[in-house]
Amino acid sequence: MLDSQIANELREIVGASHFKDDDQTRVAHSYDGTPMLQSLPDGVVYPGSTEEVSAIMRVLHRNRIPVVSRGSGTNLCGGTVPVQGGIVMVMHRMNAILEVDLQNLTATVQPGILTKKFIEHIESLGLFYPPDPSSMAISTIGGNIAECSGGLRGLKYGTTKDYVLGLECVLASGEIIRTGGKLVKDVAGYDLTKLLVGSEGTLAIVTEATLKLIPPPKHKKTMLAMYGDIYDAARTVSKIIENRIIPATLELLDNPTINVVNDYAKLNLPTDAAALLLIEQDGEPETVERDIELIASICRQENASQISVAQNNEEALKLLTARRSAFTALARLRPTTILEDATVPRSKIADMVLAINRIAAKHRVQICTFGHAGDGNLHPTATTDARDQEEVHRVEEAFAEIFDAAISFGGTITGEHGVGLVKSPYLEWKIGEPGVAVMKSIKAAFDPLNLLNPGKMFAKSARRRVVLERG
Amino acid sequence: MAKTADREALRETLKIKLDYDQLTNCMRCGFCLPACPTFRETGLEAESPRGRIALMKATVDDVMEPDVPFEEQMSHCLGCRACEPACPADVKYGRLIEQARDAIELHTKQHRGWVKGVRKLVFQGLFPHPKRMELLGKGLKLYQRSGLRAVVRKTNATKLLPKQLGDMERILPDVAGKGVAKTLGTRIAAKGERVGTVGLFRGCLMDAMFSETNRKTAELLSEAGFDVVIPEAQNCCGALHAHSGETEQAKELAKRNIRAFREAGVDAIVSNAGGCGAILVEYDHLLHEEPEWLEEAQWFANRTKDISSILWNEGRTLPFAKQTGSGAEPVKVTYQDSCHLKNVMKGGAAPRKLLDSLPGVELVEMKDAGSCCGSAGIYNITQPDMANRLLEKKMDDANSTTAHYIVTSNPGCLLQMKLGIERHANDKRMQAVHIVDFLHERIEHSNRPIDKVNR
Repeated sequence: MLDSQIANELREIVGASHFKDDDQTRVAHSYDGTPMLQSLPDGVVYPGSTEEVSAIMRVLHRNRIPVVSRGSGTNLCGGTVPVQGGIVMVMHRMNAILEVDLQNLTATVQPGILTKKFIEHIESLGLFYPPDPSSMAISTIGGNIAECSGGLRGLKYGTTKDYVLGLECVLASGEIIRTGGKLVKDVAGYDLTKLLVGSEGTLAIVTEATLKLIPPPKHKKTMLAMYGDIYDAARTVSKIIENRIIPATLELLDNPTINVVNDYAKLNLPTDAAALLLIEQDGEPETVERDIELIASICRQENASQISVAQNNEEALKLLTARRSAFTALARLRPTTILEDATVPRSKIADMVLAINRIAAKHRVQICTFGHAGDGNLHPTATTDARDQEEVHRVEEAFAEIFDAAISFGGTITGEHGVGLVKSPYLEWKIGEPGVAVMKSIKAAFDPLNLLNPGKMFAKSARRRVVLERG
Repeated sequence: MAKTADREALRETLKIKLDYDQLTNCMRCGFCLPACPTFRETGLEAESPRGRIALMKATVDDVMEPDVPFEEQMSHCLGCRACEPACPADVKYGRLIEQARDAIELHTKQHRGWVKGVRKLVFQGLFPHPKRMELLGKGLKLYQRSGLRAVVRKTNATKLLPKQLGDMERILPDVAGKGVAKTLGTRIAAKGERVGTVGLFRGCLMDAMFSETNRKTAELLSEAGFDVVIPEAQNCCGALHAHSGETEQAKELAKRNIRAFREAGVDAIVSNAGGCGAILVEYDHLLHEEPEWLEEAQWFANRTKDISSILWNEGRTLPFAKQTGSGAEPVKVTYQDSCHLKNVMKGGAAPRKLLDSLPGVELVEMKDAGSCCGSAGIYNITQPDMANRLLEKKMDDANSTTAHYIVTSNPGCLLQMKLGIERHANDKRMQAVHIVDFLHERIEHSNRPIDKVNR
């Protein structure tokens, strides 16, 4: 429990109703979107301004209390579970769009704004902000920045890091720093903006962000290609890129994923297909038409059994929304779904799909595969039951092998979900011991007392997967 | 000591009642959060479906005590079930919240005195007894027509009631005082070629306070080609009981209804109240622990339809008058979803299609039409603060449409919209109306004068 004097200091900063340490609130902030993790904080604070965040940090810094800053708690790597207790700082109240600069094509926002709400506002002004993580209906821009979220449009438009131009952050000490700005070019010192994007709340607390906006594509077209063999579908992905076409979206779903998504969204997909590709292209109308035709012919060459083009925007949107539900929809099969995001160079997608299926069979676990195949980012998802510890152990063994396979193909352990808690034992596999040492010293430079989201990113020991108490 | 023992007893009951598979099925992905009215209003995780499920699970897992704030949190939920269609994992949240409330109901000492009194009076003494409901209707009629209401209002006697009840008194419709079967008989023949035979589920509140709407429901069905049977042995649907944790009584009521409609030999059971219809289509789940009832409960659940759905999908096209007014100005309407019709019966489309098909009527979709108005059974009486916040927001959206009518599909929503108009409408000529009344008024009646909309 938090010392009552500290609690009172926090109440004084944010107002009595914006600090809570009752059981209900503590339980409700003990988890995120990651399965099997739960750890209770000592209190939850809801700041309303940068100054409040700074004042809170001074109190916590003085008393050596850890803090996890978060948005809606949808991340998938245990990144916002308060594993060392302390304070959870929820940024929802700081949710203003401070400015949309139509001359510089930038937006300046507070971190608590919901991604979808922000995107809708930007689109209503005739502009485009591409990063669209599947959780965008509830995720926040601050959370997207902390995790460097990707999404369905990653392969053509990049991810969150490509759209953050400047940040205002509060350091562990309570000091406020500003990085970058409304600038296309800026090499004044190290690029702290890029460093902070994806730093998972371990270096500083983001309190304001300046984001890059771009003109929206004039036209888009969405198509589906069905396959009798998942290997053909995966090979098509590499072939499309090889043919120098970069679609806006290029998603792969395997058979079990097609079935659960169909169940949820009532799409009338052919449920016997082994795999499907969901492809969207945008741009100038002539280019889009030409690309879609070319893609269709590549799909046919690679044995697609059926190809269909969405009749209108509504139908296309329905398909993309359904795809975003895939991860949770898989919970229809078994109660627990453990999702990873091993990522490989795009030319290796087909090899990776085969490796995943071979590893799943070896460990006798069901692993469904879907994901942003076009950018090499797959989401192998194990369907299991948290109550069956023996099976969960086999799932963990299988994922260790999948990470290993990804790295051997020149890939990475995580493409867009972050390291957090669950992938920290594997970080060294990807960047080596000296790499981890450099990262640790960066962490120490920002946060010498290790108060910001402690226990994340760097595991005490490599390789063994950490499973806390049953959540 | 005694207090802890009480809490442990509640925990044990929660362990028995709560479906642990459903608790585990929640992935905590958070997709339900933007769908939840109480989360949107407060921004607090504990006030969301994901939060409430985590709390339920934490009490069962011995992570937290099922304390008084836990009980209160379970009561904060509207039970609108907007989280269910939003859930990719198909978690049956509605069942979980009912199971939690069922357990709490067995142990709680928390109900404020009058809430407990009202619930006992209404749930046990009134709704299950059609005769008493009829008497209530008659009493209301007497109250309204005898001049007593005028005296009460003049002397401000309603101030003696809690404010919310006093406000509700003012928006009660003028009741007919007799139920639909008394007006029409128990069998009404189809007009023209017969499409099928349906049983009218009249509902206890509907028949006591909106029996004119029931009459018009039967007449619309007849107009659309259905023989209509109104089984006398039917009774309250049990929805309010089930939602408040009084499951045993809900089951009893369900069995009586199943028997009544089975004996009537109907092809379908038609409800004109989303709140009733939603539990009727879930009688199979309500009775799932009683195998001897399974087949009959499924028969009933699969045949229950909302009035708009059956009219739109199965009935003959209704003969709507070409144009009701002489001017070219269309009548502007907006449709407020009944949560349970939309989220549980999946019947949000048919009412809109019917309204859209009416000549001279313009349907203007209101922002967040699918979001709960705050009525939610007896929620607006037991949780007036949150209900009033939601209502105010709802009326902002309704005002923006500048509609002449707010059309609804459920008596609770209808009353709440009337209350909303009284408190917040920009244009006091705005009216709340049940879709049946609205449609009925626009039928080309060959041999009947056009009825006035029930205000």
